[in-house]
Formats: sequence, C-alpha cells, structure tokens
Amino acid sequence: MLALRTYRPLPLTRPARIVQRNMLVYRHSFMVIFSGFFEPLFYLFSMGFGVGALIGNVPLGNGSSVSYAVFIAPALLASSSMNGAIYETSNNFFYKLKHAKIYDAIIATPMSLTDVARGEVMWALMRGSLYAVGFIVVVAVLGLAGLGLLTSPLGLLAFPAAMVVGYAFAGAGMAATTFVRQWRDFDYMQLAIMPMFLFSGTFYPIDAYPPALQAFVQCTPLYRGVHLIRALTTGTPDATLLIDLAYLIALGSIGLAITSRRLGKLLQS
Amino acid sequence: MPETAPATAPLIHARGLRKCFGAFTAVDGVDFDVAPGEAFGFLGPNGAGKTSTMRMIGTVSPVTSGTLTVFGLDPARHGAKIRTRLGVVPQADTLDNELSVLENLLIYGRYFDLSWAESRRRAIELLEFVQLTDRANDKVEPLSGGMKRRLVIARSLINEPSLLLLDEPTTGLDPQARHLLWDRLYRLKQRGVTLCLTTHYMDEAEQLCDRLVVMDRAKIVAEGSPRQLIEKYVTKEVLELRFPRAEGEADDSAHLDGQLDGLAERIEQLPDRVLVYTADGEAAVATAFERGLRPASVLVRRSTLEDVFLRLTGRSLIE
Ligand SMILES: Nc1ncnc2c1ncn2[C@@H]1O[C@H](COP(=O)(O)OP(=O)(O)O)[C@@H](O)[C@H]1O
Ligand SMILES: [Mg+2]
Repeated sequence: MLALRTYRPLPLTRPARIVQRNMLVYRHSFMVIFSGFFEPLFYLFSMGFGVGALIGNVPLGNGSSVSYAVFIAPALLASSSMNGAIYETSNNFFYKLKHAKIYDAIIATPMSLTDVARGEVMWALMRGSLYAVGFIVVVAVLGLAGLGLLTSPLGLLAFPAAMVVGYAFAGAGMAATTFVRQWRDFDYMQLAIMPMFLFSGTFYPIDAYPPALQAFVQCTPLYRGVHLIRALTTGTPDATLLIDLAYLIALGSIGLAITSRRLGKLLQS
Repeated sequence: MPETAPATAPLIHARGLRKCFGAFTAVDGVDFDVAPGEAFGFLGPNGAGKTSTMRMIGTVSPVTSGTLTVFGLDPARHGAKIRTRLGVVPQADTLDNELSVLENLLIYGRYFDLSWAESRRRAIELLEFVQLTDRANDKVEPLSGGMKRRLVIARSLINEPSLLLLDEPTTGLDPQARHLLWDRLYRLKQRGVTLCLTTHYMDEAEQLCDRLVVMDRAKIVAEGSPRQLIEKYVTKEVLELRFPRAEGEADDSAHLDGQLDGLAERIEQLPDRVLVYTADGEAAVATAFERGLRPASVLVRRSTLEDVFLRLTGRSLIE
C-alpha cells in the first residue's frame, strides 16, 4: 500500500525552486533589482573618463599599455559581480534565515539543505549576471572595448568569468552569513569588502606595492577575479588564469559546503 | 528495509525514543505507535517534549537514540522520502510573509515537485476548503491568527499527505476560530488522513483524538482513548467546592483540615478549590452539607482529561 515512488530530480531542479520563490517575491518590486546596475557604471564614468583623462595610459604586465578606462572596466565588472553576490547572500539571506524564517518551512518538504544553499547561490548568480550583462552592453555601446572586449573572441569570456567571480563570493558570503548573529555583524563583512574593492589592483596595478603586500593582495579573491577578467578583456591570457579559476571555484564550493552544514546546525536542532 | 509495508503496519513506530539537547533530555525514552487512519494525540503541558517529538517524526530533528520509523522508513536515511508524504503544521506559523496567500501555496507545491498547473489546481481547492478564497491575493501579514493557522493547514495539505502532523493546532486562537479548525480536521480524518497532533487543551484532545498519550516531563505517563483514560484514572463525576478565604490564609481551603476526609475515594485540594472525585456527585454534596460544610460554590461535572492529568502528575495542564 505504501509504495513510495522514487523521484530523482536533476541536481539543480530543486534548487531552481528557491530561485522561483525569489522571482515571485520580486515580481511585485522588479525595479529594486536594477539598483545594483548603476554603481559600476558611475565608477566607470567618474574614474575611467574623469580621472582617466589626467592619467593617460596604464602599462599592462606584458609591455603593452591601455587607456585607463579600459584598464578599470574589467575590474569594475569583477567588483560588480562581487557586490551583487554579497548583497544577496548577506542581508537578504540573513533576513530569510533568521527573521522571515522561510527555510524552517522549506525543510519540511523534500527540499534538502543543499538544495536551499544551491538555490540561493543560483539566485545570487542570476542577479549578478544581470548586472554583468548590463555592464558589458554599456561598455560595448561606448566603444570602450577596442582592446579586446569585442574585438578579441576572448572578451566574450568576460561574462562567464564574471559568473565564476559571482559564484566564489556567493558561496563565501553565504557561509559567512550563517555565522552572523545580528545585523550589526555585517559591518565587519563590509570591513573586508571595501578595502578589497579599493586595493585589489582595481584602480591601479599592484606593482605599486612592496613585494610582501603584493603577495598578500594576490591571495584575495577579488584580485583573482580582476586578474582573470582583465586578462580576457585585454587579450593577455596566460597559464595563471587557471590559478584564478581553480581558486574562485574552490572558494565558492567550499562556501556552499559550509553553508549546508551550518544550515543543518541552525535549522535541524 | 522494504519499500512497501503491509497495510496494518503503523505509520509511526517509536520505541525508547530519546531526544537530548546537550545534557538536557527533552524526550526520555517514549514508546508509541500510530496506526493508519487514526487521530493520535500527545497531551501535555508546556515543556513536556511534544514539539521535540513531532520534529523528530517530521525528520527535521535528529533522533538521539532509540527507534523511530515513519511509513516504515528511517528518518535519518530516508528523510526526503518521508517528507514527500507528510503534512506538517508546526507550532509557530512559518508562512512566507513576502508572498501572497495563494503564492504561499503555489510555491509550497513546487517544493513538493508538483507542476505549476497542478500546484495551482490544488491551491485553489485548498483555499476553498479553509475558507480563504477571498483572501487569495492578499499579503499574509494582515491575516488574523485563525486565518494564518488555516493557511498553514492548507499548505500542509498541498502534497495530499497521508499523515498530518499538527503541533498545537489551535493554541492562541479564539473559540470560534478553534471550532472552525476542529471541523476541518474532522473532515480530513473522515477522508482517511491520519492525524498526529499535540495539544495542552484537554477539550481539544477529547474532541479530536481517538487515542492519546499523556506526556509529562519528557515521559509518557499514560495511554488510551479519552474515555479509557478517564475510566481508568478518575471517577465518573467530580464535585468542585470553593470556600470563602479565611483571614490570613494563603489557600482558600486551608482551614478545612480533615473535614472532608472519607467524603470520596479521592480528594484533591487546589489553591482555589477542592476537587472531590466520586461516582455520585449529588450524594457527595449532601454528605458535605450534613457535615456542616458551607462552600461558597458547588459544581458537579463529569470528569475530563484535565482531571486525569492532575491525577497522574499532581499538577494541572495549564499553569
Ligand atoms: N533546540 C533546543 N535546545 C535546547 N533545549 C530545547 C530545544 N528545544 C526544546 N528544548 C527544551 O526541551 C524541552 C521540551 O520542549 P518542547 O519539546 O518544545 O516541549 P513542548 O512542545 O511539549 O512544550 C523544554 O524544556 C525546552 O526548553
Ligand atoms: Mg511545543
């Protein structure tokens, strides 16, 4: 009588339902989504064109040089992926976990903790990639991409690379959020994000630093993301991109695994 | 473990089931079985361990030790499979406040792998069942407590569960809202849904449960139908006497010492009244007056599960 049908969904079928839930929520206030769209563009205009006019060209490691706007555009793309992912997985995820308590109801269904964690990362990535696409389109329209974004086929890879950056920060951000006890704690997260944004080779080459500091900066995830995307958009890839990729994918995956475990502790006492 | 079980096998089977939080034991080796089609209850005061037990059955809280199977399956290994066939009404409403009433049901159906179309079909039917059709597009937040509870019940039915877990389904609701809920639960039971519920209201237990266990301080202290429990542990009738408070006394009935002795087989002195357990209440009233007692009020009523609980634990259900 109790024949229990065995339903085996594909690995991302159930996580996608978390995305659908979030889409239902944003259906009513869709414009909010675009809030993160403008920030990197503002930076591009003020720093790229404004400050860039004073600076002239910036040397790349390989002897060639590019205009300042072309230099910072890939870094802004990486930062915007980071910000999109962090925004979704910090405040929004915390609200759902601790205040709205939506996961308490969800774990009473066949959805697993891993489905929940993967679903929220998927959602953060989708939101982040919306910004990435928008940014790339604006940059292309402005004809800024002369050195690679459109002319080199590698430039097309800037978009998937931005997704990899988003994945890394979504996983790490979500894992960090599971340890947060109150809203105030997010100030500490900002304390890590803000300097990373300013000092990771975003606005100037890190040759400016003493060697020890250079080595340290090279270990931060945003530096790896900027390095990855800049090499693609400026058409200067080399084998170190594999290090970037391995680092970022590992960070996202470890973050996801920690999140699943922490959710178990928090929701299934 | 076989994928199917014979029809007579219990849906829930627990032996020596324990739940510890650190050094604290919330459920201390309980045994019970819930058969298909019955309405089974856990009656006990706050802190007895009811919610902890329900959460283990719902596979959202790991068993510390002992045996527990649901649909014949081990919750630790087949959690998702069990939850597919389970409906859960948790003690606190866990509705999604960012979604409308209808959307709450729609997305919940999706979590159970229903298609959007099927989820919508069931959602509309369920809103009808819990009388919330006219609130379908409203936000959840402004709903009354009773409406939210009904919505949670509708949500718990979206996967057409054969076993429904209800943790204090009507706590905090007004009498009218409670009766509406009881009516819906009764209809579900008539459709063959097995109900497993907790309550600290003896009237709810009497209304809804075919069979129940009385839980106190992490243990099961008695088991049976409401009627069996009353027959076994208390007399048919209870005489309640209230006495005017004498000067300087903490308890209204403290000055009675001894005057009630032998009046009935069992007498319980509470701070505000005296309960006299007897087969014949009226006869006991007559005897009390013959002895010269002059209570301020006299009430003869039939015994309830509240009396059973008092008998078993020396305390009342709701403190
Ligand atoms: N997550 C938890 N951590 C520590 N103690 C808990 C936890 N959940 C419940 N308890 C304790 O276990 C006991 C039983 O709680 P509970 O099962 O909620 O009882 P009931 O539902 O009968 O009121 C209570 O003393 C409660 O404080
Ligand atoms: Mg409880």
